[in-house]
Amino acid sequence: MAAAVHTAAGPSRPSAGGRLASDTWTSMLRILLNYRHSPGLLAASLGVPVVMVVVFGYVFGSAMRVPGGGDYREFLMPGLFAMVATNGVMPTMVGAARDVGRGVTDRLRSMPVSRTGLLLGQTLADLLVSVVVLALLALVGLAAGWRARHGLADALGAFALLLLFRFVMTWLGTLLGLAVGKEEAAGQLSVVVFPLAMITNAYVPTGGMPGWLRTVADWNPISSVVEAARGLFGNPSAPGSAWPMQHAVLATLLWSALLLAVCGPLAVRKFATHGR
Amino acid sequence: MSDASRPAIEMTGVEKRFGATEALRGLDLAVPAGTVCGLLGPNGAGKTTAVRVLATLVAPDRGTVRVAGHDAVRNAEEVRRAIGLAGQHAALDEGITGRDNLHLFGRLHRLGARRARERADELLTRFGLAEAGDRLVRTYSGGMRRRLDLIASLVTSPPVLFLDEPTTGLDPRSRLEIWDTVKELADGGTTVLLTTQYLEEADRLADDIVVVDHGAAIATGPPDRLKEAIGSQVSVTLANPEQLAATAVVLSALTGGDAQVDVAERTVTVLTVPGVSVLLPSLVRELDGAGVLAEDVAVRAPSLDDVFLALTGAARESAAGSQESADLGRAA
Repeated sequence: MAAAVHTAAGPSRPSAGGRLASDTWTSMLRILLNYRHSPGLLAASLGVPVVMVVVFGYVFGSAMRVPGGGDYREFLMPGLFAMVATNGVMPTMVGAARDVGRGVTDRLRSMPVSRTGLLLGQTLADLLVSVVVLALLALVGLAAGWRARHGLADALGAFALLLLFRFVMTWLGTLLGLAVGKEEAAGQLSVVVFPLAMITNAYVPTGGMPGWLRTVADWNPISSVVEAARGLFGNPSAPGSAWPMQHAVLATLLWSALLLAVCGPLAVRKFATHGR
Repeated sequence: MSDASRPAIEMTGVEKRFGATEALRGLDLAVPAGTVCGLLGPNGAGKTTAVRVLATLVAPDRGTVRVAGHDAVRNAEEVRRAIGLAGQHAALDEGITGRDNLHLFGRLHRLGARRARERADELLTRFGLAEAGDRLVRTYSGGMRRRLDLIASLVTSPPVLFLDEPTTGLDPRSRLEIWDTVKELADGGTTVLLTTQYLEEADRLADDIVVVDHGAAIATGPPDRLKEAIGSQVSVTLANPEQLAATAVVLSALTGGDAQVDVAERTVTVLTVPGVSVLLPSLVRELDGAGVLAEDVAVRAPSLDDVFLALTGAARESAAGSQESADLGRAA
């Protein structure tokens, strides 16, 4: 064998745990490098909620009255934070579908890597990016008059719930992207996310909706996140009597645990057995 | 790592079905260590499925698969340590640089961060991508992407390399570059299995060719022997069309084949029976003896196209015919 082609030091063989940690980190690095070379990606995830601050907060908001009183823009901001969390489904869905389409998934699967680590790295990298996006959106909110009125601990609790939900959504996105396997199809699927995010309490109180729609909206996991954030930030809200609205923090945790328990293992399984 | 006497790549009776499609129907393969095997076949013949089974991406329904001494089903992890795979796409992250792609693959192969960087630099320099290494892959030309993709399968210097149609869709110059790289790797002792639809590619690169059709090998052998098995094409063009019949008799007798007469072109052509070789001087002597005045005489060795058409064409016509062509191929 030609010395020039063959490496002097062969690959090491770490433990399963060491491999998981190492592959998670490498996979994170890959996503973060993508963001470094294309800062526009960050601007894109921030752009829509900022436009929504203007459209909903100032255009529609001028005619909105929150039942029970309170400023509409303060009512709106937790909804937009939750929208950022929900949009976590997009980048991983498109990314996973692109990797399948380009054969990157096959190459990775032909390597002695930790499947869980590869996917976990991508979702953790997204989480880091989301911290930045949420922080920037919070600054925009502060400029628009939004405040966290229950102190720092509650505010951090609200952001922790939002990030948890974003994390769950990235796993849902990974699963959908692997299942779809085509970048264009994943792009089209993302259109479905929009109405799902609209049939919630994020932009208007659910009290005025027809009964059946109100039930859907109240039990929408996104509504739980919004209501939990409103409670923790001390922002105006009109929760109604549905169970998830009365126990929004618990409902958020339960929804997150359920979705993660389903989507996480399914995504890893789909990744490991793709095309079998 | 592996038993030296065993082939580096071995498939026995491998079957794989996707729904109603039988992608592989008892495929047998044996590639000795350090050689290049060309899997030749049309679209849908099962070449890609064969590579996916070998690369542990697809589990076979039946049959055994061994790569680098390990069972690809029971011991997939060991196989993955020993192989490199470059598929039909440039399987790269286009949003980062070429260097970072190699660096990240090196880390995933557990070279360690420092060694992975060194290896990326080494490979980029060696394969003429040092300057392009710091550009985003999305700015690369198609040829550069495929070259980087091939290089990405080499970060660990795997002893076994699978290349699925490595030059499909490339311009001639990029194709030559990939060919040179594959030759270099083979000279260095890497066992290579490549699939191709290009007959010239298999002829140029492979020590052995396996012709695949409908999920099974229909002929196996070195390129030259496969060509011998098909025979040569002899054609004689005459000045005087009245001598066509006489020429046909001479050619049939000489070659054992069935001479075809083309009156309009004043040409008689015949395919020699496998194993019979016709030399130009003796052909000319025989024609002279029969008083035939030839304007042009040509003996053409069969191209791999002829091999391929003869084998797959026969296989498609009837089941009985396919048995015949299989024997013909294996006899080679």
